[in-house]
Amino acid sequence: MPTNEYVVRTRDLSKEFILGDTLLRALDGVALDIYRGEYISIMGPSGSGKSTLFNMIGGLDKPTAGSVFINDVDMAQLDAHELAYLRCRTIGYIFQTFNLIPVMTALENVTLPMIFAGTPTDDCIEKGVKLLNLVGLGDRLHHKPSELSGGQQQRVACARALANDPAIILADEPTGNLDLKTGTEIIHLLKRLNQEQGVTIISATHDLKMLDVSDRIVWIRDGKCERIEQRADVDLKVGEVEGVEQ
Amino acid sequence: MSTQMRDSSVGRQIQLPISKAFQISLNSIRIRFWRSVITAGGIFLGIAFLVSVLSTSLVQQQIPQTVTDTAAEMAAKNRQLWLVIMSLLVCTVGITNSMLMSVTERFKEIGTMKCLGALDIFVVELFLLESGLLGIVASFIGWLVGFGGIALLAAAGHGWAVIGKIGFLPIIGTLGKAMTIGIVLTVTATIPPAIRAAKMPPAVALRTEI
Repeated sequence: MPTNEYVVRTRDLSKEFILGDTLLRALDGVALDIYRGEYISIMGPSGSGKSTLFNMIGGLDKPTAGSVFINDVDMAQLDAHELAYLRCRTIGYIFQTFNLIPVMTALENVTLPMIFAGTPTDDCIEKGVKLLNLVGLGDRLHHKPSELSGGQQQRVACARALANDPAIILADEPTGNLDLKTGTEIIHLLKRLNQEQGVTIISATHDLKMLDVSDRIVWIRDGKCERIEQRADVDLKVGEVEGVEQ
Repeated sequence: MSTQMRDSSVGRQIQLPISKAFQISLNSIRIRFWRSVITAGGIFLGIAFLVSVLSTSLVQQQIPQTVTDTAAEMAAKNRQLWLVIMSLLVCTVGITNSMLMSVTERFKEIGTMKCLGALDIFVVELFLLESGLLGIVASFIGWLVGFGGIALLAAAGHGWAVIGKIGFLPIIGTLGKAMTIGIVLTVTATIPPAIRAAKMPPAVALRTEI
C-alpha cells in the first residue's frame, strides 16, 4: 500500500538527444512524485519518453536539465561509488529485453548483484535459490538464458531485481517481449511483491493489463506528463484470456 | 535511508572479490573458447618469433664462427631487430582489434553489470584479467615453441651439447623477456577499449545494437 513518504521526486526533468542535425526533446519538464510502497505505471505510446524517464529515475543516464531525488538525495550529487551503491542496493531493474548475462546460469545471474554487495558466497547461493523458487524456477537453477523461454528469462530477471532487497523496482516494458499469458503472470508477480513486501514498483509500459494492478497511472505524451490518475478513477474493462487464472 | 546513502563508509561497500573476478574471467574465456584461441594465437605467433630470434643468437654464440665481416654482421642484426619489432607491432594491432571486437560485442553485458552495481573499475578489471590470462598462457606456449624449434634445429646441426653449453640462466632470460613482452603488449592493447566501454552510461551501453 502506498505510504505518505516520497521515494522518488523529479523536478523539471528534461532530456535532449542530438540526432544528426535535429535536437530531440525526449523529456520536457517532467515533475513527478512517487510514494513509497506505491505501484505506479507510466503509460504512453511508443516514443513518448517512458523509457527515457525510466533511465533518468534509475540513474542510468544523466538528464540535460532538472533533478531526480531518490529518498530526498539529488542523484546529480552522488559520486560513482554512491551511484553504484544505489543501483546495487536500492533499485532493482527489469528490462523489456531481459538483459541477463548470457554466459552465466540463472543462479549466477541472480547472485551477481549480491556479489557486488559483498554478501558471502553461501548466503548468496541460499538466497539465490530461494528467489528462483519464489518465481517458480527452482528446477532451472543451472540453465543458461539460451536454455530458457522468454517468460522464464523475465522471471529470472525479476528474481535478480530482488537480489539485494531493493526499496524500488524499476520495470521498463517488462511484458513487452512476452505473450499474453506470461505477461499476466509477471504482472501478478510484481503486484504480489508490492503487496507482500511493500516494494515500490515503477513500471514504464504500454500494456493495458498493467492498469488493473496499479495504484496510480501517469500518462506521458511527447515527453510531457499529460495527466495522473488514480486507479479508482479509471474505468476499464480488460478482456479475459481463457486458461488464465485470476 | 538517506543518511545511510550519504555515509561514505556504507556508500562505498561495493566490491568485486578477486576470486570472483577470476571465476568470471575464466568462465568468459571458456565460453568464448575459439575467440580466445584466436586472440591468444596473435600473441603466440609474435612471441614465438621473438623467442626464436633470441634463441638463434644464443645458439650462435656457442658455435665457433669463421671470420666474418663485422659490418655485414651488424647489418644482419639490425635487419633481424627490425623484423622482430615489426612482427610484434603486427601482433599488437591484431590483439587490439580482437579485444575491441570482444568489448564491443559485450556492451550490453557491461551495461547490465553497471545496472547491478558494478563500478567502472570492475569492468576494466574483468577485461584485463581475461586478456592477462590469455597473454600469460600464449606467451609461455610461444616461448616453448620458439625456443624448442630453434633447439631442435641446432641439435640436428651441431648436437645436443650446443644447447647444454648455453646455460640455464640465459634460457630463463629468454623466458622472462617473452612473458614480460607478451603480457605488456596484451594488457596495453586491452586497456583503451576496456576503459571506453566502462565509462559509457548504462543506458547508452544497453541501447547498443551490434
